[in-house]
Parts: sequence; structure tokens; C-alpha cells
Amino acid sequence: MNNDYRSRNHPAWWAFLVHRLSGLALSVFLPFHFLALGQALQGEARLDTLLRWTEQPLVKFAEIVLVLLLAAHLTGGLRLLALEFLPWRGWQKTLLAWAAGAALAAGLAFALAL
Amino acid sequence: MSGGELNYAANPVTPRRADAKLETWLWIAQRGSAVVLALCVLVHLVTIIYAVRHGLTGAAILGRTRGNTAALAFYFLYVLAIAVHAPIGLRTLCQEWLGWRAASLNWVIGAIALALFAFGLRAG
Repeated sequence: MNNDYRSRNHPAWWAFLVHRLSGLALSVFLPFHFLALGQALQGEARLDTLLRWTEQPLVKFAEIVLVLLLAAHLTGGLRLLALEFLPWRGWQKTLLAWAAGAALAAGLAFALAL
Repeated sequence: MSGGELNYAANPVTPRRADAKLETWLWIAQRGSAVVLALCVLVHLVTIIYAVRHGLTGAAILGRTRGNTAALAFYFLYVLAIAVHAPIGLRTLCQEWLGWRAASLNWVIGAIALALFAFGLRAG
């Protein structure tokens, strides 16, 4: 079989891609998160300045995307651990559906709480 | 691949013993840190949603975190697990997507792990 788009277009491959891209995005975000955290925890005034900055619509949108990415990486990772360490039961697609559903639920819970 | 035959010379199927050992340890570290992170990320997500619903102000956040030994211990464990997990994931990505398999990759990844750990601890 050719190793082209058609051979990759199945749920498990998309799950792999989401897991990898979310991991990459989170890794790139981490240093900025640590930087912001380090600045903010220096005092109440600085933390409030940072919180005011996050009130901007674009930042809020980015926050929702980040929470979604974190939840997707978590649920995708749990799926991988289940596949690798639990006995095989042919439940791949069920796990995929649970992973996607749980990630979306976490993203929605955050978006609605904002 | 042309002709459908595997080129074993270009793609050695038997890695050196030291390489195989390193790969095994990295695999274990990746899965071990993933288990720790699963718990940490779950707590992180719940805390984010709780914090947003119960007052996202500087005073409220600092009131909950300052002098909180449990929160500090949790943060230390979280940063440690991240510093193990993220660089190993980036290493796999560099190998598979960039074709970077030279020994220099391990040094760069080791440096990223140390930097993440130090930067994370400094932030807390």
C-alpha cells in the first residue's frame, strides 16, 4: 500500500497527529507559561496586571485553545497507556471516542466558566 | 521505496547495544512521567476551572498558593515530570519528522530538559 494520505486517513492516525501536534504546541508554550508565572508570583499587583491582560478576547480564545490542547494531550495519552499496558480488546475506536469526548468536555467546561 | 526491497545498510535494524539500552530507559521514563502527568494535568485542569469560577484575582490566587506546602510539592513534582516527558517527546518528533538522529540530538534534548526544570523551579 502506498504510504500516502489515503492510507493515513483513519481515526487512529488522526489521534496520533492530534497527540503529536498538541504535545509540540504545549512544549512551545511551556517556557512562556513559566515566564508569566515567575513574573506574576512576584506580587499581587503584577499578578493583577497579568490577569487584566488575559481579559482580551484574543487571549481568552488562545486560553480556550490551550485548555483544549492540554485536555486532548491528556486523554490521547491515557488512550496510549491503555493500549500499551492493558490487554487488547479491540476497543480502539471506543477509546478514541472517549478521548475526544473528554477533551471537548474539558474545553467546554473552561469556556463556559470564563 | 523503489523495487519494494528494504535497504538494511541504510536503515540498520539492529541498533547498538548502548543505543538500545538508552531507548529502553527513555521509553520507561516517557511512560512513567506520563502516568504522573496524567494525575497532575487532571488536577491542573480542575484547578483552572475552579479558579476561574471562584475569583480570578491576584489576592485570591496568592491567598490559595502562598505558604501552601502541598501546592509547592505538587508543583515540584509537576515540573519534574514535565522536564522528563516533554523533551523525550520532542526527541521522537525530531527523529521521525526531521530525520535528526545524530548523537547531538541527545545533548540538545538533555539541555532542554535541564532548562525546563530550572526555569520551572525558578517560576515557582
